[in-house]
Amino acid sequence: MDHHLILRVITKILVAPILLYGLYVQFHGDFGPGGGFQAGVIFAVGFILYGIVFGLRRLRQIFPDYVVHRLVALGVLIYAGTGIVNMALGGNFLDYNVLAEKGYQGQHWGIIAVELGVGVTVFGVMMAIFYSFAGRPPSLDDKEW
Amino acid sequence: MMVVVVDILSWASFIVGGFFLFVGSLGMVRLVDFWARLHAASIIDSAGVGLILLGMMLQGGLSLVTAKLALIVLFLFITGPTASHAVANAAFMSGSRPHDMVEDVTAETPPKKTPSKSKKTKTASAAKAPKAATAAKSSKTTRKKS
Repeated sequence: MDHHLILRVITKILVAPILLYGLYVQFHGDFGPGGGFQAGVIFAVGFILYGIVFGLRRLRQIFPDYVVHRLVALGVLIYAGTGIVNMALGGNFLDYNVLAEKGYQGQHWGIIAVELGVGVTVFGVMMAIFYSFAGRPPSLDDKEW
Repeated sequence: MMVVVVDILSWASFIVGGFFLFVGSLGMVRLVDFWARLHAASIIDSAGVGLILLGMMLQGGLSLVTAKLALIVLFLFITGPTASHAVANAAFMSGSRPHDMVEDVTAETPPKKTPSKSKKTKTASAAKAPKAATAAKSSKTTRKKS
């Protein structure tokens, strides 16, 4: 990887803005374009870029396999848990109006929680797909190209 | 009056940017080898898209849209040349050279002709060798296990 100096420098510059943009899309999802799916993919792209350039081993030090697998389940848990909380507060499943005193505020909080769950799951699934593809033994060494 | 001037400027940059887009895509089809085609493609990346986004910024005026377009221009100018560099680097490492090159003056990197190497690459390859050996060993052991 000695000849990839430019890629490494540009990756170091770009990873932080990509993650920031992912968070923007995540938390802007209830006002405008965006939402959990896109934010999860963008957030995962930041880490996947890091993994492509710096190697899968260093990415696995940040996100080990078991963390990624639990993130996939955690997002579904947040999504379903929001619905269960609504039922416990006296509404229907995913009936956000009961979350706050005024109905629209409850919908605001509920949509943010649900989008967070979707984002976490999509992030985990993208990372798991990348791990399972990039973790295979390479058929060609870097020199043999 | 001001509106007319801004309109003329933005349309000029649209037209010039479209011209660069056309030239770049024509070059990607018609030019002789990989390196010339990559040059044409990077013209689209920088000049064509840059001028068209400049025209959009002139149409947008001083607003949030212009700020977002400026951010797009900034990130395109960072990522576009990097992508071109990555593609060119991969092609160079795989041994591709311009079609009419008489003498290979860039003999540092290709691993094929060993005697004409400089000192730097020798040390680099010597440093690389044990890593490669361990990698090969590890891959062999994993294959045995599987």
